[in-house]
Amino acid sequence: MLLIACPWCGEREELEFHYGGQAHVGYPANPEGLTDSEWAEYLFVRDNPKGLFAERWSHAAGCRRWFNLIRHTVTHQILAVQSNRPVAAGQPKPVIP
Amino acid sequence: MNRLSDGGRVDRSAPLRFTFDGVQYTGLRGDTLASALLANDVLHTAPSLYRGRPRGIATAGVEEPNALVQIEGPGAEPMRLATTVELYEGLSATSLRGRGRLDPALDEGVYDKMHVHTEVLIVGGGPAGLAAALAAARSGARVVLVDDQPELGGSLLAGREEIDGRPALDWVADVRAELTAQADTRILTRSTATGYYDHNYLLVAEDRTGRPGPVRQTLWHIRARRVVLATGSHERPMVFAGNDLPGVMSAAAVRAYLNRYAVLPGRRCVLLTTNDHAYAVALDLVSAGAQVAALVDTRPRPPAELVDSARRAGIEVIAGSAVVAARGGARVQAVRIAALDAADTISGPVREVACDLLAVSGGWSPAVQLWSQSQGSLRYDEALAAFVPDEAAQNVDSVGASRGVLDLAGCLDDGFAAGARAAALAGFPVAVPPTPPTSGDGRPARPRPVWVVPGESGEPSDWSEHFVDLQRDATVADVQRAIRAGMRSVEHIKRYTTIGTAHDQGKASGVSATGVIARLLGARSPGEVGTTTFRGPYVPLTFALLAGRERGALFDPVRTTAIHPWHVRHGAVFENVGQWKRPRYYPRPGESMEAAVLRECGAAREGVGVMDATTLGKIDVIGPDAGEFLNRVYTNAFAKLAVNSARYGVMCRADGMVFDDGVTLRLAQDHYVMTTTTGNAAGVLDWLEEWLQTEWPELRVRFTSVTEQWATVAVVGPRSREVLTALAPELDVSNDAFPFMTARQILLANGVSARICRISFSGELAFEINVASWYGLATWESVIRAGEHLGITPYGTETMHVLRAEKGYPIVGQDTDGTVTPHDLGMEWVVSRHKDFIGKRSFARADTARTDRRQLVGLLPVDPAVLLPEGAQLVADAEVAVPTKALGHVTSSYRSAALGRTFALALVAGGRERLGETVYAPLADGGMIAATITDTVLYDPKGTRRDG
Amino acid sequence: MSHQLPAHQLPEHPDWLWRTPDPKRSYDVIIVGAGGHGLATAYYLARNHGITNVAVLERGWLAGGNMARNTTIIRSNYLCEESAALYEHALKLWEVLPQELEYDFLFSQRGVLNLAHTLQDVREGTRRVNANRLGGVDAEWLDTDQVRAFCPIVNTSPDLRYPVLGATLQPRAGIAKHDHVAWALARRADEYGVDLIQGCEVTGFLRDGDRVTGVRTNRGPISAGRVALAAAGHSSVLADLAGLRLPVQSHPLQALVSELLEPVHPTVVMSNHVHVYVSQAHKGELVMGAGVDSYNGYGQRGSFHMIEHQMAAALELFPIFARAHVLRTWGGIVDVTPDASPIIGPTPIGNLYLNCGWGTGGFKATPASGWVYAHTIATGEPHPLAAPFGLERFTTGALIDEHGAAAVAH
Repeated sequence: MLLIACPWCGEREELEFHYGGQAHVGYPANPEGLTDSEWAEYLFVRDNPKGLFAERWSHAAGCRRWFNLIRHTVTHQILAVQSNRPVAAGQPKPVIP
Repeated sequence: MNRLSDGGRVDRSAPLRFTFDGVQYTGLRGDTLASALLANDVLHTAPSLYRGRPRGIATAGVEEPNALVQIEGPGAEPMRLATTVELYEGLSATSLRGRGRLDPALDEGVYDKMHVHTEVLIVGGGPAGLAAALAAARSGARVVLVDDQPELGGSLLAGREEIDGRPALDWVADVRAELTAQADTRILTRSTATGYYDHNYLLVAEDRTGRPGPVRQTLWHIRARRVVLATGSHERPMVFAGNDLPGVMSAAAVRAYLNRYAVLPGRRCVLLTTNDHAYAVALDLVSAGAQVAALVDTRPRPPAELVDSARRAGIEVIAGSAVVAARGGARVQAVRIAALDAADTISGPVREVACDLLAVSGGWSPAVQLWSQSQGSLRYDEALAAFVPDEAAQNVDSVGASRGVLDLAGCLDDGFAAGARAAALAGFPVAVPPTPPTSGDGRPARPRPVWVVPGESGEPSDWSEHFVDLQRDATVADVQRAIRAGMRSVEHIKRYTTIGTAHDQGKASGVSATGVIARLLGARSPGEVGTTTFRGPYVPLTFALLAGRERGALFDPVRTTAIHPWHVRHGAVFENVGQWKRPRYYPRPGESMEAAVLRECGAAREGVGVMDATTLGKIDVIGPDAGEFLNRVYTNAFAKLAVNSARYGVMCRADGMVFDDGVTLRLAQDHYVMTTTTGNAAGVLDWLEEWLQTEWPELRVRFTSVTEQWATVAVVGPRSREVLTALAPELDVSNDAFPFMTARQILLANGVSARICRISFSGELAFEINVASWYGLATWESVIRAGEHLGITPYGTETMHVLRAEKGYPIVGQDTDGTVTPHDLGMEWVVSRHKDFIGKRSFARADTARTDRRQLVGLLPVDPAVLLPEGAQLVADAEVAVPTKALGHVTSSYRSAALGRTFALALVAGGRERLGETVYAPLADGGMIAATITDTVLYDPKGTRRDG
Repeated sequence: MSHQLPAHQLPEHPDWLWRTPDPKRSYDVIIVGAGGHGLATAYYLARNHGITNVAVLERGWLAGGNMARNTTIIRSNYLCEESAALYEHALKLWEVLPQELEYDFLFSQRGVLNLAHTLQDVREGTRRVNANRLGGVDAEWLDTDQVRAFCPIVNTSPDLRYPVLGATLQPRAGIAKHDHVAWALARRADEYGVDLIQGCEVTGFLRDGDRVTGVRTNRGPISAGRVALAAAGHSSVLADLAGLRLPVQSHPLQALVSELLEPVHPTVVMSNHVHVYVSQAHKGELVMGAGVDSYNGYGQRGSFHMIEHQMAAALELFPIFARAHVLRTWGGIVDVTPDASPIIGPTPIGNLYLNCGWGTGGFKATPASGWVYAHTIATGEPHPLAAPFGLERFTTGALIDEHGAAAVAH
C-alpha cells in the first residue's frame, strides 16, 4: 500500500485516494474541430510508461482535492507532488527528470 | 524419555498433557510440539506425500519441511508446523502427509487488525535486533521490535554464549527491561513479520493463542520511517544419498533442542558440516551426555583450534570428507563417510559409522526474504557461500546474520550501529552504544560448500535418493532430468521439478537447490544461477486473519433510511441497491410478490401510493457558476432554469454513453440540488469534482453530498393531492398554483419544514416531500395517517419499476448498460444542439451515429399472459439456428395492472424502425415467446394523468 | 514414471522440451514475447500456415510473465457476441489440445459458476446465459438451491450481506495447469523448427520508411518479414519503441494460493459483486485472484489491502476457508484497454502486428489468440473472429464493451 502525500493533508494511506490516470490531458478546446481519430486519442489513449509517470490522484476519503504527482511505475517511488492546477491556468508542467 | 535433567528454557514445574496421532504424552511449558515429541522419543512425522518415504522432524523452526500437523478440536487448523506450535494443555494434533483438511465447523475465533506508525521498526529479537532496538529506543524515537518467538533472544536461546561476563540471556533480560521502560517502545513477541511492501509498509502476524481475550491472531500494519531487518539465518541442509531419513537433522536444530528445550534428540551422533558451526554443537552434545561418533568436515583444513577443542572432548574429526550416504530403515542407523577431492568427487575408501542422529550444517542462508520483498537486491558472496543483501530499495538496513555476520560480537556491533543510524535518519540522533565483551567463537573461517555430495555409484541422473526438496520428494535425479529436457533457467528447472513450491517455500533448502542446479548446469557458482523471487508471506497466514473483522454485517456497511424501521415493522421485503436496503414490496400475509406488486400498482394508478425515495443521491450544487457547470455536464441546459423549477437531465461520459440521470431543482439563482441514481451517487459526485477541479477550476461552484440530510417521501396517484392538502393545509396544491416540475417550501401541519416538488416517475400526479432526515419517519407516518381514509398504499422498488416502465422511463443501469447513448433511449429531446457538454463530440463517430444501433423499444408479448424473462435475447425469426446474432435483449419486463397484460422494454437493433414487427425470444427451456415491438410509452401516452 | 502417482500428483513433464538456439540473422516472422499467446501464435503459424522460419524472442524466461501468474480459469461465457465467439473458439481448441499436443496439462472441465448477488446481477446473468446459448456457448442459470447442490461449500444463507440469488454455470469451463500449457505449445513449436530465444530483449525496431524490417535486440539486430508483438503488460513499452501509442494501461493484478488441502471445492466460483474468484487446483491448493490495482504499475506487485479485501469476500462466500492459509501471493502486469477487450490486428506501421489488451482474460484465450493472430500475420488480413478487435474500433466507437455491459447503477 502506497503512502501518498496529499498536498493539503499530508501523508495518508493509499486507501484514502482515488487514482486518476495520466495528468495534464486537457479537455480539447474545440471538440467539434477534431477528427474522429484525434477525438479517440483524447478519449482513450494515455501514456503508459515503464518509469516516471505524471499522474492524477484525488484524496477521495479526505479533503477530496485532486492533485498531481510523479511516480515511478516500477519502484513506486514518488518524486514530486503538486497541487492541481490545469495547464490552462498557465502553470508549467512538472519536469520529469 | 530424552528430556535432560536440567537446563533449557522449559518449565519443569508446568507439565502439559497433549495428544499426537491419538496417543497421549506430556511435555513442558516452553516446549514446541516438536520438542515435546522429541522429548517423548517421537521423531517420526507422516511419510512423504509422493513417495511415502519415512520422514522425521528435521529442524526446530519455520523452515521445517516434514513436521506438518493438523491441530484438532475446536478451532481445528490445517498445516501447522510442529516446530512452531507452542505446546499448551490439551493440545491435540495429527500428523499430515503434505495436505491439510479444512474443518467445516464455523470458525468462532476473532481476528483483529492494528495500525501503527513508528520511526523505527526492528524485525528480529536476536542479538543484532536487540542491540538495534536498544540503540534506537535510547533516542526517544518511537520503536517497534517484533520477534516470532515467545521470548526474546533469538539464536542466544539455543546457545551458551556470554555477554559482558554473564550468561547472554541475562543481558537479554536487561535489554528487555530497558526497552519496556521506554514510553514509546513497543515489543511484540510471537509476532512474525510476514510481508514488506512499498513505502516501508510491513505486516506482522501476532499469534495470541492461549492469551487473555477472544482474539486468536492480530495482524499489525506497520508503517515505519526506517526498518532494521535482523531476521537471522537458516541453516542449509546438504544433498547426499538418504538425506531425508528420520534422524537427519539440522545442526542448529540439534543445538536448539539441547540447549533451549533440554531434549537430546539422539544418543550416538555424527555431525556433517561445511563450516565452523558444528563444532560448538558437537561440544554441546558431549556435555549433554551424548556420544559423538564423528565430526565430518568438508574442509580439508578446518581451523586448528576448533579441531583441537573437539579432539580434547574425544571427538574424531574427519576433515576433507563428507557423509556420502545415510543408511537405515525407519531411522538413520549409520552414515557412510568418504574423502572428497577438490572437484567434490569421492577420492578415498568409504567408511561406515553407526549413529542414530546425523546433525548437518550445510552453511548459513541469511533470511533475506523480507529484504527481497522490499525489492532490495541480493548478491552472492563467495566467501560466505550465501546470497546476502546488496542494494537497498527502501529505507532499510539489514544487520547481523541476515546479512551474513555470524559471530556474536559482530552481530552486536552491527545492531548497535544500525539502531542508532535508523533513529538518526528518522530524526532522532543518538550515540552508538558500546559493544560489551562477548564469549564464543570469533569470526568464522571460510566454509566449503558441497552442493551435491556424489553418490557412491552412478551419475546424477541415478541419484534419486539425494533429496533437494523433501516435501516435494524432488531429487538430484529430477534436476538432472529437467536439464536433459533442455531446461536452462532456474525458474524452469524449479517448475519442472516443483522444487521450492511446497509449504516451506524453500526457506532452508532454496539455496541448496540453487547450488545443485548450478552444479549440474556447470555454472561456476550459485551466484550465476541466481535465486527465484521471494514472495510474501514469509510464513503462511490464515485467511481469517487477513479478513479481520470485515465479515458478516461488517463486510460492507448497510445503509438504511430514516424511515427504515417503519418498513421493517410493516413486513417489507428488502432489496440491496448499492449499500442501501430498499423495500422491494410490502406483501400482505400470504401474498405473493406478483399479487403484492399488482395491488401496489393499482393503488398508485387509481388511488394513492407512497414510496420512500430517500436513497436517491442528492447533491447541492452551489455557486454563481452552478448553472454554467450543469450545462457542461448534462446533455441538456440548466442555466436558464427558473428558480423553484425542476428539470430532468442526462449525463454522459466523454464517450457519449449514458452515465446517470435524475431531476435537478433550482432553489435559488446560485443553488441547485441534483438527484442521482441510488447506486451511482458517490460516482456522480466524484465525476463532478473531477471536472470542476481538473478542467474548469475557474467556475465558482461547490458540491456537497446531501443524500443523508434529507428524507424523501413520494406521494403518488390521482388522490395524492388530497393527502397533500391534509398534510400541508396552507399549500395551494392546485395545478395552476403548483404546476408540474416546480417546488414549494412550506411548513407542514406537523410543524416540519418541507420542500415539496411536483415530480413524477410514474406518470401520475405526484408530490415528493423532502424533510430533514430527523423528521423523515414522522413525516412518513403523517403521510400514512393523512392518506389512511384513501387506502394509501406503501410501495417498493418493484412497483416503482413497473409504473415507470409503463411510461417508458428507462432506469440507468437496467435499461442501459455502458453502451447506450441518449439517442438510443429515444431521448433526442434531452440532447442540446446549442452547447457543448461532456460526450457530445462522441455522438458523431461512425459507430455511434449509426441508425441501426440498439434502441429502447416497448414489447408486447403476443400472448398477453406470458411474461418475457428479463435478459431474454431477441431474434427476428422463430426458426433459430445456433449460432445466431441477436437483435437485442429484454431489459425490463412486468405484469401491468393498468394494461391488464404483460409488457417489456428492450434494446433492439434499429428498433424504432421496427415498430409493429414481431420478434422472438428463445428461452433456455426450449420455449419461444413472440412479441410485438411498440413504442416505449404504453400507458397514458398523452400524459394527461400527471396533473391529476 | 518411476512410481505410482497418487491422484493429486502432477503428470510429469516429457523427457525433451525445447532447444536453446542462438538467434539467426533473419526470420520470416518474429514474435516478441514467449508467453502463452506468443507460443500459441508460433505453433499455429507452423501448424496452420506452414510458416516455420519463426523466432519467438523473450526478454526473460519462456512463459515467465502472466502465463506463470494467472489463476488458470478457462471459460467462454462472455456477454458480447464477439468476445464469446473468440473465447468459445479457444474453449473448443482447449478441448482438443491435450491430445493434439500430446501433453497432459490437466484441463479439467469442472464448470464455472458466476454468482449473482443483486437483482441487477440476476438480470445480467440471465442476459448472459441467453446470449451465450444463442451464440452456441453452453450456459445454464442455477437458482440458489441449485448453486448449493453444485458447490455445497458456497454460503447460500439468505442472511449473507449480499445473498447468493443464483448463478450462471458454464459446464464446459474449468481450469488447466498453466506451465504445462505453455510448455506443451513451446515443445511443438520447437519441433516445427521455431527458434525460442530467451534472454533476448527487443530494444528497438529496424525500419524502412513506414514499415518495420526487423528488431534490434540485446543480442544484435534480427531482420524479419513481419514482426508480431505479444508482450501483454509490456505492449506499450514496445509500441513506444515503434512510435505507436496504444489505448492500453498496465496495472498490477494479484493472486494467491493456499497450502495443499484435501479436496473441498469441486468447481470454479466467480463473484464480480464481492470480488472473488477461486478454484482448487489438482494438487489441492486453493487458487484465488484479487482485483486489479487502480494505479499503473510494472512492478509485478500490488497493494496488500487488495488481498485483505479479497479474503474478507472469500470468507463471506466460503466460511470453510477461514483457517486455510495464504502460502504465497504474487502479482502480474495486466494490459487493460478502455473496453476491457483485446486488440488484435495490423497496426498503422507496415509489417508490424499487435496482440495485446487481454487484461485479466488472457490465459483462457491462449489457443484462440494464437490461432487468429497467426492467421492475421500469415495472410495480412484479420481473421474473421479477430476482425472486430482491431485498433480502429476506438476511433469509430464500435467498442466491445465487457466493462460497460456489466455497468451497475440503478
